[in-house]
Amino acid sequence: MTDLAAFGQKLSDALPGAITAHAVAVNELTIEVAAAEIVRVMSWLRDDAACEFKILIDICGVDWPKREKRFDVVYHLLSLTKNLRIRVKVLAGEGDVVPSVVAVYPAANWFEREAFDMYGIVFEGHPDLRRMLTDYGFSGHPLRKDFPLTGYVEVRYDDELKRVVYQPVQLVQEFRDFDFMSPWEGAPHIIESLPLAPGVGSGNPGKKA
Amino acid sequence: MSVTLENIPAGNKGGAEEGQITLNFGPQHPAAHGVLRLVLDLDGEIVTRVDPHIGLLHRGTEKLIEHKTYLQNIGYFDRLDYVAPMNQEHAYCLAIEKLLGLEVPKRGQYIRVLMSELGRLMNHILNVTFQAMDVGALTPPLWGMDARETMMQFYERVSGSRMHAKYFRPGGVHQDLPPGLLEDMDRFCDEYLKLCDDLDALLLENRIFKQRNVDIGVVNRAEAEMWGFTGVMLRSAGVAWDIRRAQPYECYSELDFQIPIGKNGDCYDRYVMRMEEMRQSVKIMKQCIAKMPSGPVSSTDNKVVPPKRGEMKSSMEALIHHFKLYTEGFHVPAGEAYVGIEAPKGEFGVYLVSDGTNKPYRCKIRAPSFVHLQAMDYMNKGHMLADVSAVLGSLDIVFGEVDR
Repeated sequence: MTDLAAFGQKLSDALPGAITAHAVAVNELTIEVAAAEIVRVMSWLRDDAACEFKILIDICGVDWPKREKRFDVVYHLLSLTKNLRIRVKVLAGEGDVVPSVVAVYPAANWFEREAFDMYGIVFEGHPDLRRMLTDYGFSGHPLRKDFPLTGYVEVRYDDELKRVVYQPVQLVQEFRDFDFMSPWEGAPHIIESLPLAPGVGSGNPGKKA
Repeated sequence: MSVTLENIPAGNKGGAEEGQITLNFGPQHPAAHGVLRLVLDLDGEIVTRVDPHIGLLHRGTEKLIEHKTYLQNIGYFDRLDYVAPMNQEHAYCLAIEKLLGLEVPKRGQYIRVLMSELGRLMNHILNVTFQAMDVGALTPPLWGMDARETMMQFYERVSGSRMHAKYFRPGGVHQDLPPGLLEDMDRFCDEYLKLCDDLDALLLENRIFKQRNVDIGVVNRAEAEMWGFTGVMLRSAGVAWDIRRAQPYECYSELDFQIPIGKNGDCYDRYVMRMEEMRQSVKIMKQCIAKMPSGPVSSTDNKVVPPKRGEMKSSMEALIHHFKLYTEGFHVPAGEAYVGIEAPKGEFGVYLVSDGTNKPYRCKIRAPSFVHLQAMDYMNKGHMLADVSAVLGSLDIVFGEVDR
């Protein structure tokens, strides 16, 4: 573990300014990179003799709607020669563009298309930023936290029109999202939403509403 | 016929040249291994561009996972690569265990490895025989399906379900093995090696099979790395990399097995390697059966692992744990973890982000098929139209995990 921390420190020293933070948790190294520097950092990680992260494992988005920059773009890399993994994180606000790494890792192509499809993160310089998994002509970005699980439209085959038609979702029964979180066991968001004065959320069961 | 011929839209190519056609392959084609639509640009019979259109089986698994508790989500992983369901559950359970810091007892580990290798057999037997079918042989899939049925019965005996097992649970496995299963599996292993030899007798030196597969879809080491290949696809290019060996999880470090490496990186190499991997999996399974330790099959941490039914009849505490775990579920400490396992198709990874509640905040599924399918364009350029199905067959694609 100290090994990984030292490795992260070495990376930060080698790329000053580009790597804004590094941390080791559950034996995994994460570095945070400024969006504008991502292509430089990724090329360096791929080519440097001490890294050789030749394989791009994954790119995905994570949505944190309450944050000022709501999206994380998370890259996972693997080095076969050093038997190491690294996670690279870029923060992106809604409407920000993240430089595409397709030129560094051709495998990034579909991952970036997927992240664009699911979160609406725009990758600048991507050769073909079409939607990936959703339907032709789909609108919205389904993995955003504010997109409802049931979606907005549903499809069915119309026997009169002899084609598939789109119509607004009609639920026979309202979608039930059971919340089993108990307010006295570490679920601060529930305690905060209670009409009591602030400060109740310290986990004191006696003062619960 | 689902392959239809379209004229190239004017302006798409600045006027169609002689012999330039666009061919729509799928999404309902027997060689497409599911619901894959390929838009192929052809110059005569030579492929100049492949544009895979995926997502026809998209079910929004990752979105659904964010709305269910950790335990309820395991079922979704069976439905990703439905050819080898338990291997997917494995990655998810390992990710949860990594965040919880949970230890799996030795017997649980051996059962998991045993079932994972059974999954590898199920996957490879389907893939090699259907690769043969894609190039015109019909007998291998019939033999392979027969053996697969036997393996699914083992799934049924441990979990009650032939495919969607939901057998691996955070902390271990759901139930202990039923009596007599190990003996039957041991017998099956011996018969299985015979089947492998029979299949090799049909295919290994088969003239047509070799003509269709040798030197088709060649990737070298640099290309395989460039396209993010893992598993057999990477090893066929001569790279000695297997997560079971390089970053061992469970009890793989205690087991003796070899990892076949390819030389030419073509479709034929990948067939030969999968056959050899099956023999190695049988070897691992036989070791697991011989070494199977006694003891509990899952962790005894009652805050994560639900109590057994019998316990609940007499213990009030067990009853409370049962109620809590099946309504609220357990909480996973806030943090993030990535776990990649050597699934039959390559590296199957789960990136789990937890916010400390009873549901995953984000769960990204890294499916090997998705990455491999992406290289279709690169691998098929310059090949003949008939080679497209041979390359697709050797890539080992399952749409459950491509589309998620």
